[in-house]
Amino acid sequence: MSFQKTQTTLKRLGTYYLALFVWLFTSAMHIPDGYLSPVASLIMFLLVLPFWGMGVRKIRQTMNARSVPLISLMAAFSFVIMMFNVPLPGGTTGHAVGAALAAIVLGPEVAAIAVSIALIIQAFFFGDGGILALGANCFNMAVVIPYVSSAVYQAFTKGTEISSTRRPIGAAIGGWLGLTAAAFFTAVEFGLQPLLFTAADGTPLYAPYPLSVSLPAMLVPHMLVASVVEGMMTALVILYLQRSNVQVLEAAGKAGDSSGEVPLQKLRWLWVGLAVLVVASPLGLLAPGTAWGEWSIEELAKLGLQSIPAGLEKLSTLWGAPLAEYGLPALGNANVGYILSALLGIVLVGIMVWLLTLLATGGSGKQKQSV
Amino acid sequence: MQRRSHFLEKTLSGITRTLEQSLFAEAISLQPGVFQALDPRLKIIATLALLIGVSMAHNAWVIGAVYLLAVCFALASAIPADFFIRRVWLAVPLFTGLIALPALFMIPGQPLVHLPFGLIVTRPGAQSVLFLLLRVGTSLSLVLLLILTTPWNAVLGALSVLRVPDIFILILGMTFRYIYLLLHIANDMFLSRKSRVIGRMSGAEERHMLAAIGANLLSKSLNMSSEVYLAMVSRGYRGTVVTFKPFRMRRQDWFWSAFFAVTTVVIMYLGR
Repeated sequence: MSFQKTQTTLKRLGTYYLALFVWLFTSAMHIPDGYLSPVASLIMFLLVLPFWGMGVRKIRQTMNARSVPLISLMAAFSFVIMMFNVPLPGGTTGHAVGAALAAIVLGPEVAAIAVSIALIIQAFFFGDGGILALGANCFNMAVVIPYVSSAVYQAFTKGTEISSTRRPIGAAIGGWLGLTAAAFFTAVEFGLQPLLFTAADGTPLYAPYPLSVSLPAMLVPHMLVASVVEGMMTALVILYLQRSNVQVLEAAGKAGDSSGEVPLQKLRWLWVGLAVLVVASPLGLLAPGTAWGEWSIEELAKLGLQSIPAGLEKLSTLWGAPLAEYGLPALGNANVGYILSALLGIVLVGIMVWLLTLLATGGSGKQKQSV
Repeated sequence: MQRRSHFLEKTLSGITRTLEQSLFAEAISLQPGVFQALDPRLKIIATLALLIGVSMAHNAWVIGAVYLLAVCFALASAIPADFFIRRVWLAVPLFTGLIALPALFMIPGQPLVHLPFGLIVTRPGAQSVLFLLLRVGTSLSLVLLLILTTPWNAVLGALSVLRVPDIFILILGMTFRYIYLLLHIANDMFLSRKSRVIGRMSGAEERHMLAAIGANLLSKSLNMSSEVYLAMVSRGYRGTVVTFKPFRMRRQDWFWSAFFAVTTVVIMYLGR
């Protein structure tokens, strides 16, 4: 290998480990504003929305009027526990999110609401984590951690006694996996930014690292530190509760059993499908050419069609879309126009769905809450 | 010998800092100033609009101009300028700056500066780091401006006007109150443990102590929630929520809404 080649390899390795090292010491899950593009932020809000809906539904079903103080106190608890400095073997300390613990005690649906509220308060009143990035932060910390942790914990402790040693072990694995999964999603969100949202000359405008850097740089340190903190904290608290306050764990077990409602299950898949579509839609920016069957007359001619059917020619001028070619002409830059149109489209569809649900439910169930 | 982790001191100072921060914000929000006088609904919408404008801007000058605008508003709103600037530009480079640093070298492109060890700062690398720092710093400054000039109950009231469901606002408000109560309880528990510990604890002992405090706080929160529920029911709570909406737009508020609307449009137009 030539000297120059060795040098560039060394340089790449060096910068890579520098990035890794930096993440290790700044590994925080709260994404500030400025890391994610507006479209990505909006998509994250849309992804988190159905989970908020599920949480609210669950609260209405199982807890009724009692839920208000319970949710408030659990949200306050998760806010406070995020401030705990947990000592790790070796002398370093880290912060736990506490979302895994909340999920085990309250169930993932309710925990998602409680942790989201803690995150909203952090963003709106303490400036921790961005306001536009709230959707992403809530998805990573208030949805991914509770659902993953509680699924792992449930699978691991099914049919065991309250005092079983499997419970703290399940809590540890659940907490570790939950936070690792959250780090994975955060890395994906970061890594997609330079792929999809750059200036015209390719300069990244938001989080600058591609997936190949953001994934290892985010995952490795979190797996070694933050996830360990989360798992350890969750396991130790469960262990302590086993000895001192068994009722909390018993109540948690019961709450987990009373789930299951068929329409909700169906609705869930609908949302998952929608979410996948929403995530996939910016990929349209990468795809060259025109969607099959949506050619314009000029493109048809280019494709080798010798004569344009007269009817088509007449019809093509009949309906001009308000946002022709999905680009806002006044905005010059085609990419921005495309993204803005997508944004507008998503917002419009959202408003329509909201109006339809309002019509379908007769506008009820918004302010009222059954006792 | 194991290095001491100082987790107790760190946690205690974190709790104190949070309390101190909100006291400071409250003190500033009660002073006379331009932003304090604005209708809180307008402030929230304006902050959101400016945040969206900043996040959509593809032009660093535009983002810089928004930052200067935020500093001007801070000066006109009795926020100490050195605090407003330091709070953002000490934290952002430490965090975002460190994260973004390798991007200077890693993003391929036209070389800008040659550093020792054969490191080359590229033009797109420098641009993208600049964008990230400016955007994060400006967004944080805008949020700080809102936080420092608006009492939290005004923010909650404003949210209720903005069609956020009342039940959600009730929960937010209660959470906000109980955060302080739980912070005090946690503070007391940590302090009382700290005052009774002589010598060094092993790492395992430290972790068990922390778990005990965490678990106790959890049990206390759960117990308290049922006590609070009973207290609410005995005062006539039936599950329905009514919030006050005491806001009225005055002439100056209309002026400022026009100002922010025009500013946002200008940001979006120039920043594209």
